[in-house]
Amino acid sequence: MSKSRPAPLDYLARWPLRLWIGLVALFLYAPLVTLIAFSFNESRRNIVWTGFTLDWYGAVVNDGDLLEAFGNSLTIAALSTVISVILGALIAVAMWRFRFPLKPAFEGALALPIVVPEICMGVAMLVFFSRVMPWPTDLPWPLDLGAIIIAHISFSFPFVAVIVRARLASFNRELEEAAKDLGASEWRAFIDVLVPHMRPALIAGGLLAFTLSLDDFVITFFTAGPDTVTFPVKVYSMVRFSVTPEVNAASTMLIVVTVLLTAIGLRLQGRDIAKLEGGQ
Amino acid sequence: MSALIRIEGVSKRFGNFAAVDDVSLDIRENEFFALLGPSGCGKTTLLRMLAGLEVPSEGRILIDGQDMANVAPNKRPVNMVFQSYAVFPHMTVAQNVGYGLRIDGVARAEIEGRVREALGLVKLDGLEARKPDQLSGGQRQRVALARALIKRPKVLLLDEPLSALDAKLRETMRSELAMIQDQVGVTFVMVTHDQDEALAMACRCGVMHKGQLQQVATPADLYEYPANRFVADFIGSVNLFEGRLALDQPDQARVEVPGLGASIWVDHGVTGATGGTVWAAIRPEKIELHHRGAQADVGGGDPPPLPAGTPVDANLLEGSVRHSSYLGSETVYEIEVAGGRMVKVLRSNVRRYEERAFEVGDVVWLSWSPQAPAVLLS
Amino acid sequence: MTEQPASKAHAAFATTFLAPAFWLIAFFLVPLGIIWAYSFGRTVGLTEIAIDGTFANYARIADPVYVEVFVKSIAYAALTTLLCLVVGFPVALAITFASDRAKIWLLLLIMLPFWTNLLVRTYALMAVLRTEGFVNDMLGWVGVGPLPLLHNNFAVVFGLVYVNLPFLVLPLYSALDRLDRSLLEASLDLGAGHLRTIFEIVVPLALPGILSGLLITFIPALGSYLTPDLLGGPDSQMIANVIERQFKRANDWPFGAALSFILMYLTFIAIAVQAVVTRRREALAR
Repeated sequence: MSKSRPAPLDYLARWPLRLWIGLVALFLYAPLVTLIAFSFNESRRNIVWTGFTLDWYGAVVNDGDLLEAFGNSLTIAALSTVISVILGALIAVAMWRFRFPLKPAFEGALALPIVVPEICMGVAMLVFFSRVMPWPTDLPWPLDLGAIIIAHISFSFPFVAVIVRARLASFNRELEEAAKDLGASEWRAFIDVLVPHMRPALIAGGLLAFTLSLDDFVITFFTAGPDTVTFPVKVYSMVRFSVTPEVNAASTMLIVVTVLLTAIGLRLQGRDIAKLEGGQ
Repeated sequence: MSALIRIEGVSKRFGNFAAVDDVSLDIRENEFFALLGPSGCGKTTLLRMLAGLEVPSEGRILIDGQDMANVAPNKRPVNMVFQSYAVFPHMTVAQNVGYGLRIDGVARAEIEGRVREALGLVKLDGLEARKPDQLSGGQRQRVALARALIKRPKVLLLDEPLSALDAKLRETMRSELAMIQDQVGVTFVMVTHDQDEALAMACRCGVMHKGQLQQVATPADLYEYPANRFVADFIGSVNLFEGRLALDQPDQARVEVPGLGASIWVDHGVTGATGGTVWAAIRPEKIELHHRGAQADVGGGDPPPLPAGTPVDANLLEGSVRHSSYLGSETVYEIEVAGGRMVKVLRSNVRRYEERAFEVGDVVWLSWSPQAPAVLLS
Repeated sequence: MTEQPASKAHAAFATTFLAPAFWLIAFFLVPLGIIWAYSFGRTVGLTEIAIDGTFANYARIADPVYVEVFVKSIAYAALTTLLCLVVGFPVALAITFASDRAKIWLLLLIMLPFWTNLLVRTYALMAVLRTEGFVNDMLGWVGVGPLPLLHNNFAVVFGLVYVNLPFLVLPLYSALDRLDRSLLEASLDLGAGHLRTIFEIVVPLALPGILSGLLITFIPALGSYLTPDLLGGPDSQMIANVIERQFKRANDWPFGAALSFILMYLTFIAIAVQAVVTRRREALAR
């Protein structure tokens, strides 16, 4: 290939756009890269590079509160993901399959958790769990996280429902009819034909629910009690005072967890879709 | 007539794949040129390079003597009718057709007049205010045509212009496109995979295969004098016999086909190496069928008369009818000859009723004149 | 796709519908309903709230102090959305017409920060923007500053753009990706340049997608809590911060509830505006 011009719609080959994307990447990543870099910096003052150290990671690992918060976050995310996927898939099937009175109104209600500002949902949960259904504080772990888990499921499962329903729209009803024609019961046809079709959406929905839960600060902030602190809430309380390398180290660990989970999820999803499409 | 478009050694590679492979071609002014080939042969890529929508990896393209290498698509004296028509859905018919003029800053009053004129040319008078979704497929195509022609380009490019129309409409549009070309006197370059379309409309056709230009010729020459097996097979239907060039003289040649039971004799010389492998291509309609008598025993009956000078062991085969397809205007017979080989023969149904029609199972003679076969070297 | 009437398949409908519907009502609609009821109440005593149907809480919002907060929040969210559009549109355009391979990497480039924890990203910005932070270091090298980059209104908008940019790029990309490529090529072929093609063809045709992308960015930006809280100064409080204060510090739940519902109504208005604009354009296109 010589110096020839790029094809007209090959915008990515034009230097102004390359520069633009480079700047956007710098904007998006420079803060994160700086954060990660300074988690390995010897100096406590987080400004000048003085040398490499893993001390801050040691500090994090020895910080019982931070570790507990980390564990709480992962537990909450895992439990709320499982329940969100089940509830979201069920309601998606119901909305896809059935006609019932007041369906449009219900559909609107189901979209509410997606559009309602986090702060509104946060205060609603605060009031609910302090006045209507006070969550006992003396329950054994992880039951003491119940209020947070319930709140997380409430805002996660409608997202799952949206994803699953989009997938169901591409379902060929004749597959299910064929299964029934071959003698499968309603339930068997559901398990054998519909669920495999939904699988990529279930994985995608689960991934999203997990990320939403892990990411949430505002709603948790209003639902959490003094003994049930999640990682974002804990970091928030640390950050309010000062920027410290421990927070950098803890944040880096969370970034690594997120990236790993995302990669696994994408791979799983990619393989699943490839298999399904290939099989058709 | 001079070359309006000159394509010199143009290649287009996508990674390791050569979509267009070293194509050189001249297209003359006022010509209706068709690029013909199966899908994926590179014809559309070549057309898009003319439009500037794709950039050649090698070679150059000159239009009216000007090198197009650094000319963006919007600056080329070329307009295109897209396969999907690409009629802007958010604009009315008039806005669509006038778009190019508006971009060029032509005065509103002039745009109006020229839009009316262009719509008249494609017989869409009075539909100025319609939106594309209120038009039929054929009408949308006319909009695309008017929109491309209104800028009075030197070259009009048409990408599979008739492929999305139904059969009847396609027939009408064929002659209409040819008439419009006549009227506006613009060079048309059309891409199509449909040989009938190319043969019916174009002054000259270029046949492409695997990125390479196989032959450039008039429709009749493509059909009667194909350059190679690909062209012979792609254009129309053909019986191909692989054999050895046994004799090659200026006024006659003979191809020996092993196992056929007869050699193929032609009344012209072949510039090939004697003894080398060649292919004789005979079109189904150029083979005559004769009844060989009621008896189904091979070897009896009198052979039909052959053209004067044909050697007795050439251009004559016996076989039996295995299959016949009645197609209305003609009937296609598949005839098994020696060695189990099938030969396709086409007969026009000139009479409504034929007393001695050919039936499956009949034993027949096949014969052809020495002018019928084309001898191909590759 | 024909839907089945629920009355014909009681068991299947009950299995799929009841649990999620219960959850939605009990753990979402009821809490919201309580807040709504509180917005018409008064605080009596330390923890008692009397719901007596008063509109006093809503009336209080007309106080210039709160009007200013609302105006400022809407302005910040709108500015953020606009900046995201300006920054994100070229990126989305380049992704749309990139090769399949490049597309995946570019989408990943945009998505990865999006998956990273919001608090972590905000914290990362704090570290960079501080007076003794990275950006001021660099400015110091060229002899400028240090500039006050953190704890002011600039930091809030900067942070909102940083946090919300992927929200806009992704819907923009999916809107542009749905366009028929040959329409753009036809426009170029007819003599239009790239900018002209973008404004005459791309924007009008992708407008519904662009609008919903703007909405998806505007709504979370409007309700932002963390960004103004951590990056803003004393005068850059947004609605969410005021709401938080009512619930956690001022202990005026009814007023906080009223503020929450005004914020929610604003969100609904934004959604309605987008829906109306989209529908009107579709009607015009007929």
